[in-house]
Amino acid sequence: MNKRQFLLSLPALGLALAATGCADSRSHTHAVYMLVDTSGTYAQEAAKAQVIINYLLGSLQAGDSLAVARVQSRSFSEKDIVAKATFDTRPSQENAQKRAFRERIDSTFRLVPGSKYTDITGGLIQGSEFLNETGAGNKTIIVFSDMQEELDKVTQRDFPINLKGIRVIAVNVVKLKTDNVDPRKYMGRLEAWQKRVENAGAREWRVINNLDRLDAILARG
Amino acid sequence: MSSQAWMVVPNNFAVSALILALVAMIFLYFARMPMHALIRSLGQALGGPLRMGARWLLAAAAEVQNRNKAVLLAQGKTEVGQRVEREFERLGVIVQRDLQGYPALQRKLLDEITRIEEDYKKCGEVPPPPPEWAEAVATIAKVKTNGNELVQRVLEEIKRSISSIHDKTLADYRRAYERRHKILESFMPFWRSVDKNLVQVEQNMARLQANVRTVDAHMAIYEQINEGTDKAQHALTVSGFTQFAISLLVMVVAAGGAFINFKLIALPMSEMVGAGDYISSTLRTSEVAALVIIFVEASMGLFLLEALRITHLFPRIATLNDRLRTRMLWIALTLLVILAGVEAALALMRDMLITDKQALLQSLSAVQPIQSDSWMSSIPTAGQMLLGFILPFALAFIAIPLESLIHSGRTVGGVFFLAFLRSVAFLLRALSNVARQLCRVLVRLYDVAIVVPLVIERLVKGSRAHGHGKLDVDVDLERTHA
Repeated sequence: MNKRQFLLSLPALGLALAATGCADSRSHTHAVYMLVDTSGTYAQEAAKAQVIINYLLGSLQAGDSLAVARVQSRSFSEKDIVAKATFDTRPSQENAQKRAFRERIDSTFRLVPGSKYTDITGGLIQGSEFLNETGAGNKTIIVFSDMQEELDKVTQRDFPINLKGIRVIAVNVVKLKTDNVDPRKYMGRLEAWQKRVENAGAREWRVINNLDRLDAILARG
Repeated sequence: MSSQAWMVVPNNFAVSALILALVAMIFLYFARMPMHALIRSLGQALGGPLRMGARWLLAAAAEVQNRNKAVLLAQGKTEVGQRVEREFERLGVIVQRDLQGYPALQRKLLDEITRIEEDYKKCGEVPPPPPEWAEAVATIAKVKTNGNELVQRVLEEIKRSISSIHDKTLADYRRAYERRHKILESFMPFWRSVDKNLVQVEQNMARLQANVRTVDAHMAIYEQINEGTDKAQHALTVSGFTQFAISLLVMVVAAGGAFINFKLIALPMSEMVGAGDYISSTLRTSEVAALVIIFVEASMGLFLLEALRITHLFPRIATLNDRLRTRMLWIALTLLVILAGVEAALALMRDMLITDKQALLQSLSAVQPIQSDSWMSSIPTAGQMLLGFILPFALAFIAIPLESLIHSGRTVGGVFFLAFLRSVAFLLRALSNVARQLCRVLVRLYDVAIVVPLVIERLVKGSRAHGHGKLDVDVDLERTHA
């Protein structure tokens, strides 16, 4: 709150207090579900994922929620959630929770077992479930992956998914060797994901490859 | 519909237009009188209410002006009355302090003067004259010795006796003068004391005179206000504006202090009421709680100053008996001290929370900073605590400019409201005139449109007038010129 807002809020405060019980019923909290791809060669990028998680820990505020999950051969499972927390509304407790969260992430990512397949869709469904349960006003799924989905023959993911009101942000979408041969594959892959995510009712689809621009991740709507 | 449907003569635009213009002209000529009346009525319908509104607003402005004047003079009367009262109180104190000691001072002065007088008289005493036998001695001294040894010896004996008596008398005379000098010397402290006392009296009198002159000046203003002169009203209005500007400035400064205070306690308040609740999208409940605490402090300060009778915003408090007022004063002061203590604690907590947050952020960042345990790092903490304790007391004094702002706000608001009323009245008047002038222009334009039939009419009427020997004037046309 800057000085102008402070001065403007003085007369508004009277009205706000007069209307006791008229507190803003909308939730202004932020919930973030981060999917970290640990399949194949992408597992090497885990250190970058930790940078993003640290940024989120530093930026999320009291009352916000954060969950970090791995993308494995089948990701539609609570077992894939590495760490999750809804930060306490008291700042002192919030800091302690964040420290514990970071330690948990550090210990988990120290030894990341690579998976054979990459089930991004399953992770998105699991993420949307988690985010809807938090009841947060701003919901974001961060997909830390090359967005190359690979499923085994048994796993079924070719059905419409529901991501209504959720922002989906693909981070660090690295180019594969085949993309280098034919860049249209990379573009096509991203376009296909955008179409799928938007059809699922997502509020926004965004790709961030420059890790210096992480502030765009938590742009509150 | 075809674009040529209006053409009376097909495929001939000029002829068609001319025929239609002629027809229209004839129609307009015959409709001239009712059309003129219609336009004038329209002008009156528009201009009348506007003029009426302007008149009403001017009357309201006059009423507001009278009301403003009455309020201003009443305020000024009260204010100057209080000042005169205060000056009289001051005079009373001076008179009581300085003049009540005057009988004692006068007695002291009289005693000192009496003593000086007595001493002066003592100084006037002359030594006793030489004894009468001195004349006999002088006669004997004239006796001639003629070598008579006896006479010679007698005379020498007399001379010796006289010399010794002379020495003794001279010594007495000198002693007497020495004594007088000492008496004169002992005058000095008394003179100094008298001089000092008289200077003191002069100073007291001068001070008294200055205060009396101040009272005279206030009384002159009071008389002017009482007479309700324009000069007094103008002076009071200017004073009101000045007071308003100064109060506003002080209030802005106080708002800055309140903002700093708010910043000190907003974060730690989230530790008490939680940081997750929002009243609006940008206003957290914890921030509102911090604002409420600041307002409560300002209110306590207000009650404190009311109980001290420094401000008079609540007549109910001013009319309380002394016992209740004193109780109220202590309650307000105690609450203020408690709130100041709470703020100091919250400021400390804020510092701790920020330090903890910084430590967390540093642990999350790639580069680890060097920790410093210097005593200098505790200066901001101490400063924040001190500010947290002092700012509530500083905010308490906001009641004084607030009272001034409210009182002068009435004058300033009244002047601006008056100016607004007059401006709107002027605008309405101007619009009314514009409407009337527009109607006249419309009437003239109408006549311009049917100028050919009008010229024919004038020619016909002119020839008839020649025949009858008089000129018939188009009254309506002339009236439009007016």
